[in-house]
Amino acid sequence: MTHSVHVADLRRTFKVPVREGGLKASVKSLVKRRHKQVVAVEAATFDVTAGEVVGFLGPNGAGKTTILKMLSGLLHSDSGVAEVLGHQPQRREPAFLRRIALVAGNRSSIAWDLPALDSYLLLKALYGIPAADFLRRRDQYIELLELGDIVSKPVRNLSLGERMKVELVGSLLHAPEVLFLDEPTLGLDVTMQRRLRTFVQDYNREYGATVLLTSHYMADVVELCERVIVIHRGRIHYDGGLTGLTSRFASPKTITVVGSGFPSDLDGITRTFGGDVVERLPDRISLRVPPDQVGAAVSYLLGVVKVDDLNIEDPPIEDLIVRVFNEAAEDPPVPQEV
Amino acid sequence: MGLGRYYLAEARNGLVSEFQYRLAAAIALLGFLIEPVIYLAVWRTVALAQGGEVGGYDANDFTAYYIVWSLVRVMNLALTPYSWEWRIRGGRLNEFLIRPVHPFHRDFAFFAGQKPVWIAIWVPMAIILWITYSPDVELTIARSLVFFVSIWAAFVIRHMYLFTLGALNFWTTRTSALFELSIAFELLLSGRLVPLSLMPDWVQRLSFFLPYRWTFLFPIETMIGRLSWPEIGVGLLAQVGWVAVLALGIKLVWGRAIRRYTAVGG
Repeated sequence: MTHSVHVADLRRTFKVPVREGGLKASVKSLVKRRHKQVVAVEAATFDVTAGEVVGFLGPNGAGKTTILKMLSGLLHSDSGVAEVLGHQPQRREPAFLRRIALVAGNRSSIAWDLPALDSYLLLKALYGIPAADFLRRRDQYIELLELGDIVSKPVRNLSLGERMKVELVGSLLHAPEVLFLDEPTLGLDVTMQRRLRTFVQDYNREYGATVLLTSHYMADVVELCERVIVIHRGRIHYDGGLTGLTSRFASPKTITVVGSGFPSDLDGITRTFGGDVVERLPDRISLRVPPDQVGAAVSYLLGVVKVDDLNIEDPPIEDLIVRVFNEAAEDPPVPQEV
Repeated sequence: MGLGRYYLAEARNGLVSEFQYRLAAAIALLGFLIEPVIYLAVWRTVALAQGGEVGGYDANDFTAYYIVWSLVRVMNLALTPYSWEWRIRGGRLNEFLIRPVHPFHRDFAFFAGQKPVWIAIWVPMAIILWITYSPDVELTIARSLVFFVSIWAAFVIRHMYLFTLGALNFWTTRTSALFELSIAFELLLSGRLVPLSLMPDWVQRLSFFLPYRWTFLFPIETMIGRLSWPEIGVGLLAQVGWVAVLALGIKLVWGRAIRRYTAVGG
């Protein structure tokens, strides 16, 4: 299997000036400056196979975007190995930059004052895109994203969602093999988010492109990524499938039973199997039990309750992620030099 | 990718951008053109008060000087370190760094593309000044050709040293003060404020060893016929030399600067 991305022991620190508030501290800082070394990424190691879609999850400041910036050549690493399509990103060779694209939800690289069509022509010249390919891709993307005459208006007159769409079209005109998406759906409404996700899925399928994505919206990750990398305080805490994440962190499952003849002592059930009662209605109960007790709990309920319907649910991915972050927070913090 | 094709496309966008803000461009240009008109009024008055001549320039020479000056100024406009500061501090450089072409080319081509609009707005002003003061200048084809080459070389030089200054933002993110200092040097040592023959001898001598003279005084004096052909040859060589020195400087500074980029905010 071919690796699009290879990362080993990657580390990046930032030197950040620090001082306390107030005039005295301000005057003091004129003479003596203090700095703090903040570790943004520590010992990151992972590989990404060609065509894979990988989501980076982590709270603000976890190091997700820093990794994406190092892989796209914007940032130099302090140490470690980063290879994308066989190139060292930090060398920023044109041959490498022509094969990737970076889309950031909070930034636009399309000229603000011009209609997007003008910028697309510039990108055609910049990437040396053959005229036929350019027209085919441009028209295809415009149709898929239902942009219509939006591309004929100056970008400054577009809404956030429209800007994001014209941005995405521009970023994909040269058919990049690796696509870095940094919060691509930031600030967009649900419909627009869904449309962008579908578009990225289609692009990934049609071109076999590798996609690395950061997002705070779990729906982005759940719909797009089979694999997630969870980062907290610069360290990778989990790398694997979404389903694996559930079992790894052993989150309780929710058993919902619709029926009659529920035992009066539900607390006794939860004491036996662990967990707690989520909901108690005359015709329905919901219990949260540890994954290893689900089988036993269901057997017991089927034995004592007249069951009309039974449903077992994994915990919402949001809950799971909070759990992962909480667990990560209990780890010793990454040393910071002052 | 053909760099030439990219240059044309970027220059076209620069041109089209100017069309988007016609009024803003006209007002900005007016601001630039007020500067030489003030200098012209002051120095014509001084020359007439001094018996008709000061520093080898009479009222007629000053008129020709500042009319050509205004064109050179328009041609010399380049991205300032202020913009670099804005780009670097806000992480807006990301969009340029992710492209398979050096940001130097983007800015150069974009500003070059804007020149035709600026020159088109300059022409009526030059005609009005020419008719008003009727400077006695012999315009020859040969000198005009050299002038054409020298103002583009001047733009290259100015763009290069401002690019280098801008790159210093990677270290301080506050090079505005340095830029102000550079502008002060430029005013004194380039012929931007006054023709250098009005400045002390040591300033004139110093100006030969700095890039500023070759971006203002040299093209202007070439056009108004104050330089001999050997002097024009020296000037063109000096311009080529500065392009080479600054290209080396950019190569050295950029390679180190980019390592320090933190891509914040982007």
